[in-house]
Amino acid sequence: MSVESVQYLPGKQPHARERRLTFRNVDRAGFDPSIECYLRDGGYEQLHKAVTMERQAIINEVKASGLRGRGGAGFPTGVKWGFIPPTNTKPVYLICNADESEPGTFKDRYIMHQDPHQLVEGMVISCFAVKASLAYIYIREEFPEAAKILEKALDEARAKNFLGKNILGSGYDLEIYIHRGAGAYICGEETGLIESLEGKRPYPRIKPPYFPAALGLYMCPTIVNNVESLCHVKHIIAMGGAEYAKLGTPNNTGTRILCVSGDVQRPGYFEVEVGKVTMGEVINDMCGGMKSGRTLKAIIPGGSSAKVLRADEKFKLKDGRELGIMDIPMDFDTMAACGSMAGSGGVIIMDDSRSMSWVLNNLNAFYAHESCGQCTPCREGSLWMKKISDRIVAGNASPSDVDELERLANNIEGRTICAFGEACSWPTQSFVQKFREEMKAGTKSEIEDRIVAGETELAAAGLVG
Amino acid sequence: MSTTTVTDTNSTTAVAMVNVQINGTWHKFPKGTRMIEACRQVEAQVPHYCYHPKLSSPGNCRMCLVEMGMPPRPAAGTEPEKDAHGFAKIGWSPRPVIACANTVADGMGIRTEGKLSEECRRGVMELLLINHPLDCPICDQAGECRLQEFSVEHGNGESRFREEKVKKPKNVDIGPRIRLDDERCIMCSRCVRFTAEIADDPVLGFTERGSHTTLAVHPGKRLENNYSLNTVDICPVGALTANDFRFQMRVWFLKETKSICTKCGRGCNTEIGSREKEVFRQSPRENNDVNSTWMCDQGRLDFHFVNSEYRLTQPLIKVDGKHFAAAWKEAITKTADALNSAKPEEIAIIASARMTNEELYLVKSLARSLKVDQLDVVPRTGGADNYLRADDLNPNSNGVRTILGIEPGSKLPQIIENIRGGNVKVLLVFGENVMKAGLDAADLQKVNFIAQSHILANSTAEQSHVVLPSSSYAEKRGSMINVTGRLQRLNQAIESPGEAHDTWEILRDLILAATGSNGLHSVDDVFKQLAGEFEIFRGITLRGIGDQGIPILQTNESVPILVREAERKKQGIIVG
Repeated sequence: MSVESVQYLPGKQPHARERRLTFRNVDRAGFDPSIECYLRDGGYEQLHKAVTMERQAIINEVKASGLRGRGGAGFPTGVKWGFIPPTNTKPVYLICNADESEPGTFKDRYIMHQDPHQLVEGMVISCFAVKASLAYIYIREEFPEAAKILEKALDEARAKNFLGKNILGSGYDLEIYIHRGAGAYICGEETGLIESLEGKRPYPRIKPPYFPAALGLYMCPTIVNNVESLCHVKHIIAMGGAEYAKLGTPNNTGTRILCVSGDVQRPGYFEVEVGKVTMGEVINDMCGGMKSGRTLKAIIPGGSSAKVLRADEKFKLKDGRELGIMDIPMDFDTMAACGSMAGSGGVIIMDDSRSMSWVLNNLNAFYAHESCGQCTPCREGSLWMKKISDRIVAGNASPSDVDELERLANNIEGRTICAFGEACSWPTQSFVQKFREEMKAGTKSEIEDRIVAGETELAAAGLVG
Repeated sequence: MSTTTVTDTNSTTAVAMVNVQINGTWHKFPKGTRMIEACRQVEAQVPHYCYHPKLSSPGNCRMCLVEMGMPPRPAAGTEPEKDAHGFAKIGWSPRPVIACANTVADGMGIRTEGKLSEECRRGVMELLLINHPLDCPICDQAGECRLQEFSVEHGNGESRFREEKVKKPKNVDIGPRIRLDDERCIMCSRCVRFTAEIADDPVLGFTERGSHTTLAVHPGKRLENNYSLNTVDICPVGALTANDFRFQMRVWFLKETKSICTKCGRGCNTEIGSREKEVFRQSPRENNDVNSTWMCDQGRLDFHFVNSEYRLTQPLIKVDGKHFAAAWKEAITKTADALNSAKPEEIAIIASARMTNEELYLVKSLARSLKVDQLDVVPRTGGADNYLRADDLNPNSNGVRTILGIEPGSKLPQIIENIRGGNVKVLLVFGENVMKAGLDAADLQKVNFIAQSHILANSTAEQSHVVLPSSSYAEKRGSMINVTGRLQRLNQAIESPGEAHDTWEILRDLILAATGSNGLHSVDDVFKQLAGEFEIFRGITLRGIGDQGIPILQTNESVPILVREAERKKQGIIVG
């Protein structure tokens, strides 16, 4: 069935620049989450095909496809699968990370709500490839409806022998369970997720030695993949890895979903070939431009943890290109070269009505609330940053408080157990570096004087050095 | 660079050695050595809070972050660039690593000094202190607090924190012997890991998130297991304090004396904390052949009798049914006269398996010279708990077996029978209350003369004609043999109260008075005689026993806690 023949609900027509693969059935007219509907549309054909393939052949196709993880880190999926020790004798687990909680990101929920069997099929193929006979879907607490829909989809798949014992006569057994989280951002971090699944506090594990592919769930090899990544596996089997790799740009292959929010005319989700559209095209063509009378001020391009980009920045790349913000192609590598990251695909657009101090304070409040509290720099630093930015927003800060924020963030980055350290320090670092003048403009130098005077008095009395 | 192998002298397996550069100097370490231990071995101390060699390493405090580097992989067909020592040049990582959980690798470089490592420590110290109450003047941990200790070297002179501190629960009653101050807690999780991994009683955990993270007991649970006070020892700050010790004494006034616990046959190695004539606390001392770094609460807290108001402090002689204070010479002479006036078969001696080898040896000498055969100790059993506590609740039963040559309790029923039958005229009791060992007042009235040496007032003393006040375990030097056959030493922490004498001196004086022969000037002399007589002590001196003891007997006892520790060490979970 060709894409062109698919009809979408009124007003939900994909943009002409989109290339719908994993979102093919999202907002599709006449499509529902039942297995009958999915099967009528050629569902589970790729599973039929996959179970006749050699396991290594599937892994090779995924490697050849160049698929990079869609959860945020962009790590090549096939390479990750290859990390399971070849001498392994323990059970292998696969976990679908459906804890979509990065602020600005809203893609996985649509797949789970509207096209759950695509995820199930992608998961079964992936489990088959990595020899997992037990898999989990770890779904965030805030998606109760998605959990119900997926439970139903798993029942339906089991009834049709796409799941369970001797799947499609292949001799392969697989069971998938749904595990619901309890409302913590850190459960999206894969080792925190694993701890949570084991029934403990989701404290991320140190790596080394606890790389999930070797020492994951119950100390067994475990593959953790994002919802969207697992869905892509189905399409890779359908198209072949080499063909899939022709989508997108070299090293940034396939399609991915951009979740655009903020101050544009038409925010929403758009599945595009990676790197084939620029930021300017996303904003002006796909999202209908900025709100009327407003101008672009800043963009967070890959979920709230990604470093902010300023509208008037010029990005000098190593290959000699100089890009303005609107010229940046939406891919992993260029976004990294521009000093930020494509992350989870959550693009947050801010116009000139936004106070950068307020935005940073909002992010700091989120990270202070979500820090798991296990390791010192993030636990203590995230709340400290929030308290400083609280005062900046309240107009109760001195200019040096703004610099202090940056110093503090530098004290967290790279020193924590998990990537939360970067997630909470990158916004602060980038907002202060790029909007220092604006943030300082809201501060009061007399507060500085008061503090300095106090310190001077103490020093005079020999009480501080 | 080649990897050399050496053979571990303790095992037959070859351990690969790797070359590691620490602060610019190359060293060799066995493969698998944790970075923090490698650094410690070459005196490059890495400060840390959460790391403890006997517990798993979660790497949460981040205090041990150090700069690390490896030689970069050379481009195809090229040789790696070498340094002056012939080792491949190190490519330093801009990202610090924790030294506690990572192991060394061949060609690795570690810098515990230098900008990156120092900045990391300074940063962690600052973050640990921003919400800390800084109530050192009233904190029991002050003086032995790692926050204080590392602040000196790695802290900032002044605070940059201009916010309000996070408020948390204080003075939380989490168990019968421990109090928790959550504001002081640095969330290192040592106590949580101890209760889960060592005590098998996982009642502690964290609640809340981020900076509000709070240590707590799980709902409906209490930290009340018999090993709970070890959490106070391993708490690097003043979050967990012992009810028994809090607000009693500043730790810097305490004199620490290495000794052993006498509460059961394990003989856990201890440190007695005393000031002047008072013992304030007792804590475990590492001995990996006895108690690892732990001890039970029962043993730890069983020292208050030492400073009890019921201590016997003067020799007593009974005149007309009433005790009067007497001079030592008079009390000893009276006892010697009683011994000399009776036939050997009319004399019984009930000693104690809580006595030291030296004391037991003198008891044996006394019995030998008086030709007394009725000699035994009071056995106590039933203590085993699958952790540290031994079934044998006497600390020196193996000393009794070795020196007195009897199985504890084997002759006691016959002696009791003889006392009840009126066949014992003179009874000597050392360190036991025989009225708790099957005899009553009517039985004792059948004995013409009773002398008891003890440290506390007791019902046998009331019945005794002569009472000889002796010294507690904290007041003497001497040796004991624990249930695994290890010869260990008690050391004197404090002076005995009043006129109480060391038990070996009482025995010496008694032997002198009763038999007229002696020549012992110190407890070391007693041990020397003992070593001359018993083969297993040959070549050993009391001084030579050292702080870690010497295995001298083969027994079939194993220590459950050490067996499990060895297993975790083998699995690489702990350093050990």
